Amino acid sequence: MRPLTEEETRVVFEKLAKYIGENLQLLVDRPDGTYCFRLHSDLVYYVSEKIMKLAANISGDKLVSLGTCFGKFTKTHKFRLHVTALDYLAPYAKYKVWITPGAEQSFLYGNHVLKSGLGRTTENTSQHQGVVVYSMADIPLGFVVAAKSTQDCRKVDPMAIVVFLQADIGEYVRHEETLT
Amino acid sequence: MEGQSVEELLAKAELDEAEKLRRITVHKELELEFDLGNLLASDRNPPTGLRCAGPTLDAELRSLARDNMQLIINQLWQLPTERVEEALVARLLEPTTRLPPEKPVPRPRPLMCWQQFARLKGIRPKKKTNLVWDEVSGQWRRRWGYQRARDDTKEWLIEVPGGADPLEDQFTKRVQAKKERVAKNELIRLRNLARAHKTQLPNAAGLHPTEHQSKEELGRAMQVAKVSTASVGRFQERLPKAPHGAGKKRQFQPLFGDFAAEKKNQLELLRVMSSKKPQLDIIRATNKQLREEDQEEAAKRRKLSQKGKRKGGRQGPGSKRKGGPPNQGGKRKGGFGGQMSSGPPGLGGKRKGGRQHQGGKRRK
Repeated sequence: MRPLTEEETRVVFEKLAKYIGENLQLLVDRPDGTYCFRLHSDLVYYVSEKIMKLAANISGDKLVSLGTCFGKFTKTHKFRLHVTALDYLAPYAKYKVWITPGAEQSFLYGNHVLKSGLGRTTENTSQHQGVVVYSMADIPLGFVVAAKSTQDCRKVDPMAIVVFLQADIGEYVRHEETLT
Repeated sequence: MEGQSVEELLAKAELDEAEKLRRITVHKELELEFDLGNLLASDRNPPTGLRCAGPTLDAELRSLARDNMQLIINQLWQLPTERVEEALVARLLEPTTRLPPEKPVPRPRPLMCWQQFARLKGIRPKKKTNLVWDEVSGQWRRRWGYQRARDDTKEWLIEVPGGADPLEDQFTKRVQAKKERVAKNELIRLRNLARAHKTQLPNAAGLHPTEHQSKEELGRAMQVAKVSTASVGRFQERLPKAPHGAGKKRQFQPLFGDFAAEKKNQLELLRVMSSKKPQLDIIRATNKQLREEDQEEAAKRRKLSQKGKRKGGRQGPGSKRKGGPPNQGGKRKGGFGGQMSSGPPGLGGKRKGGRQHQGGKRRK
């Protein structure tokens, strides 16, 4: 377990900024306690300082997880966001998309969302923008990347993919073993 | 009647003969020069017929070629012939014209180290005899190579030299020494080659096998060897006695460092990152522009429909767009303006892909 280096921090922040933009500083600088990012066997954890001090007492190979896992670094040092970060990122999301109940089912099974499943979007979403998906009942369902800007979305045919799935809460069931 | 026909026949026969002769005899002012070894004939007659030919040039050239070919064949028929497997074959003479070489003449190679030295000192290679008298077998044997005169490897008894360890295996020692000599020779050869081609040998990080290597050199060599795998040493097992932690060491911040300082650094990083983001504004500007244009066109259409005149199809939106080249905009509309029903998803997908690009391009 160790803190992130400069390079790693930059990579992680760039990824997070895609979804929450400037609100990232609210994650870094919280009024209700000191939270920090720590790296443990290629996984990035967002953990409060108190819990981290406790976790430091456990030897590295026995430690499974601490705090919330935001994602992991791949072998080529790219950062991949996991669905476990959703709880922290959803409240700060800048661009949101609401999907219909029918599409919600398909989305939770790991499919991309078509235009026919799109309920609402925030205006001014650009292409390849990081977006958080909500159900019609305002429950965050996962992360996506916008395949088309909002303008383009209006003009495509209903069977076109409008968002590419990155992580959804269905993974809690599908990839139970790998999520920490 | 008969006489006439006989005369006619005779005349015809004569004409045929003359024709044949004419065909195989060619009159040339200057005789051709023949090089039958290369099947070559050089015609030095001035080509006056060709110069004033004009439109019949092709036919003239053909007849010239035919004539010269006929002369070559005549010459070939004069050569001594023989029969090879039911075919009559003429034995060609030796070629007389000298053909230029196919490849350019090789550059003089730079001299090797030893060659330079020998030239300096004036050392000449001593001529040695090929065969040497071998006492053991009682015959003349080669100096080196297969079944050589004094073969080191065939010796069954080696005396332990004066100062050597009595338990050392002299046979393996000899084999090792030979291997080292061969390796050294190979290294020198490659080095010479590299010097000749002005390139460098793949560097072993400045590590060369020497007699006595210090602990640091050995450690360095070991580290280099460990890292020289496809995964850059990530999956190599650690040697039990190797000093672990050798090689480049990364420095990390302490786990419980100063939290305030950490936070400050991160906020600084965020500030720097966010300050370099002007492109978002451009996207917003183009989006805004597009929205305005859409609204204008919608308003225009409404006005026209109010007047009672209907514009055919959706040609309005197909007009020029400011963000990109006109035909791109036109293509977009043409793709979907006419038909709102979607085709098979694959087609739609393909079109989508194309449009995505265009959309992206326009944004930038």
